[in-house]
Amino acid sequence: MAQHQVNYASAGGLPVALTTVDHLLNWGRSNSLWPLTYGLACCAIEMMASGDSRYDFDRFGTIFRASPRQADVMILAGTLSKKHAEFARRLYDQMTEPKWVISMGSCANTGGMFNTYATVQGVDRIIPVDIYLPGCAPRPETLQYALMMLQTKIRRESANMKKNTKQNLRLL
Amino acid sequence: MQQPNKLTPFFENLNFERDDNTMVINFGPQHPSAHGQLRLMLELDGEQVVKAYPDIGYLHRGIEKMAENMTYNEFLPTTDRLDYIASTSNNYAYALAVEKLIGLEVPRRAQVIRTMLLEVNRLLSHLFFIATHALDVGAMSVFLYAFREREFGMDLMEDYCGARLTHSAVRIGGVPLDLPDGWMINLRKWCDGVEYELKHTYNALLEKNRIWKMRLENVGVITPEDALSWGCTGPMLRGSGIAYDIRKEEPYELYSELDFDIPVADTNDSYGRYRLYMAEMLESTKILRQLVIMYDDTEPQLMAHAPAYISAPKEEIMTQNYSLMQHFVLVTQGMRPPKGEVYVPTESPKGELGFYIKSEGEPYAYRLKCRAPSFFHTGLLQEILVGTYIADVVTIIGSTNIVFGEVDR
Repeated sequence: MAQHQVNYASAGGLPVALTTVDHLLNWGRSNSLWPLTYGLACCAIEMMASGDSRYDFDRFGTIFRASPRQADVMILAGTLSKKHAEFARRLYDQMTEPKWVISMGSCANTGGMFNTYATVQGVDRIIPVDIYLPGCAPRPETLQYALMMLQTKIRRESANMKKNTKQNLRLL
Repeated sequence: MQQPNKLTPFFENLNFERDDNTMVINFGPQHPSAHGQLRLMLELDGEQVVKAYPDIGYLHRGIEKMAENMTYNEFLPTTDRLDYIASTSNNYAYALAVEKLIGLEVPRRAQVIRTMLLEVNRLLSHLFFIATHALDVGAMSVFLYAFREREFGMDLMEDYCGARLTHSAVRIGGVPLDLPDGWMINLRKWCDGVEYELKHTYNALLEKNRIWKMRLENVGVITPEDALSWGCTGPMLRGSGIAYDIRKEEPYELYSELDFDIPVADTNDSYGRYRLYMAEMLESTKILRQLVIMYDDTEPQLMAHAPAYISAPKEEIMTQNYSLMQHFVLVTQGMRPPKGEVYVPTESPKGELGFYIKSEGEPYAYRLKCRAPSFFHTGLLQEILVGTYIADVVTIIGSTNIVFGEVDR
């Protein structure tokens, strides 16, 4: 059975010891997701509504940050125009790893109703997206659910794994 | 020179380092206080702004161009996305322009419901203004309180049309639905709640708050001459002491029959405008109470009777062959208003919102232009920001109450 022997030193490494570390890190990461205040259009109002007293995003440990350096999640809420696209990419690059992206609303998913010369037809043409959130505009409950789905996704990830690399894809 | 394959933002070409002791600062387009996607280039001397260039177009979606390729009814939901804080006022302004083009008479019950929705939207927008303006200045708790009130208003809109934000609650020729049962009781309760909260919570938190007054008084002063020459309308104009409200000047819908006042602030500063918004909310609740009484003595007809433009009621379509044929033509081809052009101004929560439509007798508008108040208020920034301190820039942007959906369109 030698060919089935696991090389513990590579590829995710030392599973027994590291799953515990993974659990700990992912527990921390998933329960303190700080999104970037990145309101682009109508969906930004619903994003603000999810932060208000009724929907109370703080319960999830989700506190909006104004700087990409302090943020873990980028919630792209609204229409991304071609003029703005380079800024979206720049802000994404400025965020520190690990980082995730929620694409909120039809415009961010696919361009939505605005199939014109000025609109980017989906933010996934600019940056990698983790969760797509349908609706125009999605209700705050939808955003909460998306965030919970993202938390589930993070808890499944390996903590030492670099995101969006070839190795990552092979391991998944 | 920008490389086509390289992401080099425009501001990298600007000379940030100056020899003359000034500094250039980039503000936005991603900024929590930019109210969407405003980008400002500020030239600073110490902490004082010497020049300000607003850069717009980051939310340009080509809405006016879309209108040229859509039938009149198709375009109506797109107007929701202009001023997305008070969607129904956009729907209404557009519907009113098309109705004037066709020459439609809207039934009275529809008029009452429309006016109600307009005023509910005005309250939603003003509450949002108070919330975000206070948040920009640093009063977080006001944001939480004002959003609570706003959520109850959103519930009312949701009960009526099913949507929270993008309502499409007005149709060309009337309204699609009657008010649901108990809606007006909830509306009255909400009016009571807003009035109570305005008097007790927001006033207590802000009116005499020393920090709030220090941040707002004599900040963002717009002289009446400036306000007129830059094309300000709505609260921005009334905040400079000019009592001009289209609801009084060119009354549309039921506003000529309603009893309400036009609050005016004559201090010309941000604090005056804040007080103006508070007073306008009380006027809106006053209008809503009158409308609740007016609703009771109206006939149940909701859509105008104009077979060439508006489909007949569902029962007629199902029973009468000719109505069915007309409905089929209207759905497949769209209504064809007569040749001509029209511009109708309305008083949206932010100022004069009007649609100019040029029709060539086709089912599509030949040209549609939206006259949005925020666009003019954004232009004003290059005038009023000069000479202020950098800490006041956010206050001034907040107090102009601009929304980028309708600036960039």
